[in-house]
Amino acid sequence: MSKPKIGVFSFASCEGCQLQILSIENELLDLLGRVEIVNFREAIDDKRNDYDIAFVEGSIVTETDAEEVREIRSHAGLLVTIGACAVTTGLNGMRNATERGTAWKRVYPDRELDPNVAPEVRRVSEVVKVDFEIPGCPIDRKELLYVVATLLQGQVPRLPTAPVCDECRRAGNPCLLDRGLYCFGSIARAGCEAICPSYGESCCGCRGLLEGAPIEELIEILGGKGYPREEVVVRLNQFNSRDEKVKALTEEQSRHRKEAAA
Amino acid sequence: MKKLEVNVHHLTRVEGHGNIKVRVNDGKIEELRLEIVESPRFFESMLVGRYLDEVPHITARICGICALGHTTASVRAAENALGWKAPDEVMWLRRLLMDGETIASHILHVYFLVAPDFFKVGSVIPLAATHPDVVKRALRLKKGAYDMCDILVGRKIHPVSMTVGGFTHWPAKKDFILVREMLEALRPDLDDTVKLFAGIAPPALDSPAEYVGLRSEGDRYEFVHGRVTSTAGESVDEKDYGKLIAERTVAHSSARHVSTKHGPYAVGALARYKLNHDRLTPWAAEGAKRLGLSPDTTNPFHNNTAQIVECMQCVDDGVDMVDRLLAVKKPPVWAPLGRKAGEGAAAVEVPRGILFHHYETDANGRIVRANCIIPTGQNQANIESDLHRFVPALIDGGKDADEIRLSCEMLVRAYDPCISCSAHFLEVELV
Repeated sequence: MSKPKIGVFSFASCEGCQLQILSIENELLDLLGRVEIVNFREAIDDKRNDYDIAFVEGSIVTETDAEEVREIRSHAGLLVTIGACAVTTGLNGMRNATERGTAWKRVYPDRELDPNVAPEVRRVSEVVKVDFEIPGCPIDRKELLYVVATLLQGQVPRLPTAPVCDECRRAGNPCLLDRGLYCFGSIARAGCEAICPSYGESCCGCRGLLEGAPIEELIEILGGKGYPREEVVVRLNQFNSRDEKVKALTEEQSRHRKEAAA
Repeated sequence: MKKLEVNVHHLTRVEGHGNIKVRVNDGKIEELRLEIVESPRFFESMLVGRYLDEVPHITARICGICALGHTTASVRAAENALGWKAPDEVMWLRRLLMDGETIASHILHVYFLVAPDFFKVGSVIPLAATHPDVVKRALRLKKGAYDMCDILVGRKIHPVSMTVGGFTHWPAKKDFILVREMLEALRPDLDDTVKLFAGIAPPALDSPAEYVGLRSEGDRYEFVHGRVTSTAGESVDEKDYGKLIAERTVAHSSARHVSTKHGPYAVGALARYKLNHDRLTPWAAEGAKRLGLSPDTTNPFHNNTAQIVECMQCVDDGVDMVDRLLAVKKPPVWAPLGRKAGEGAAAVEVPRGILFHHYETDANGRIVRANCIIPTGQNQANIESDLHRFVPALIDGGKDADEIRLSCEMLVRAYDPCISCSAHFLEVELV
């Protein structure tokens, strides 16, 4: 049997998820023996077009991105998105809060808007069918290895669906809310081993929000800690601007602002 | 050679997407451009309205390779906006982290992205079969540098605990001791790296340039804090960086180029070496000697050589930082800084060169205006002027189109361009 062919592709992102793949030093040489990497621009010159698994990082921000990801889809057996940018739009989605012409003028004040820039930043799954998603900013190396190994065996990987709080308590961390800091651990998807709260930093929900996440309850708790509703909504938009509930909260905020101004 | 067209579409082995376009007619260069085709992400726009404490976590995501560098520039610019001065031990830990990131990035570049050219292969993957000891050494070095950052701030790619006002988690003594061991373990592999690269002559190119980087008021080869200094003899405080460099609109293009009053300039390992070679540790200075690196070099390919020297410098500096941190009696306790209207800028040396972050906040501590000036954006015009000297020399030397294409790629790679974070400073042609 020939070795499975793997392609790695990058759209708008920091390319940190590709680097996470390169950072699996101990397992990397072993993995290279088991698969054939056919398109990994960052590390290889050879460019060909057929893959059993295509890994895609990054958000879709231009019309060209959309065409290219459709092309990749047509050549791929399985398409797996890696990292927040691809899975939820991650930080890139914050651009959608501003009309693209305004965003453009802030960064390129002396140039006309490039029509190739799409009206909205999109997740990969808004453009093509995605077979599996590895969330996180960046992806977790162990989780990546687990997913690759499972897919190579022809099975479907399972990722945690519990809140980050579960993993945080198991790690024995003091609760950041008790210290008066904001934290999205109760509404965010686990699987990161609560790395941020373990290092004293608030969870910002980079792996996406849980289905049926108790957002209103958290907003109320944070209100009691001195975080106004508006601020919590701004912070929710950092990684989860594409989440339907966050979108609704954001629209409600801007309605209130307009009413207050009128 | 009468006519020549070199089009490298999707330059491989650089971070991000870049194209080189060279058109020669009747022996004259008619068109020469380094193009950037990265999808724009609009960071400066996204930052407007964000709370100052969010900004380092957001700007870390500009670049997966320089995440610690962006975070360092970001926290320092934010602290300058708030008028807060970090205590020594916080600055030491930041410098130790930049030592780790510099080693990690330089090793990745020199071994994974540059070395394949010298072994005449397309990537590091065939090298794993033909030169397993070289690839294993590269992986060991990179892993050591990554792991030490993981230990110190949770994660090298998008550091967790590095924030405005210091660190939300202070590493334990045993962590510092472990990091010291990891740094010491890099020494034999770096000696072998010097041995390997001392035997490989870089391509010849005589292309004098102005170089800009940090030079500290103290006596150290500095990455985290210093005066913005040029080899043309000028030096300004970081808040006055705009007096030394300026983003300008150029006549033939609508893009912003960065230049000093003298024109294009270069940043990166070679710039730092040229500005700080008198401050190398004995081991790093010995490395420079063995590699044949001299401060008056005019060959931009020596940037790769300077990267190896800097790896040695960063091991020595890192060990020194660990020793200082081990002597700290009371670790600093982090608390959120207040919110107020302010403006602050910071300059930090990231692996590819000097990086500027500049923010303005309103009274609620939310960003009103943000600007980031990134190394590759600063280097782009200089890379083009090098290519203007390099291509005619290659044609005169009787090289064919393939050799010229490869040589141009190698020159661009020598600058270690990190295009994913530089898109908006370069001429963006979306194709």
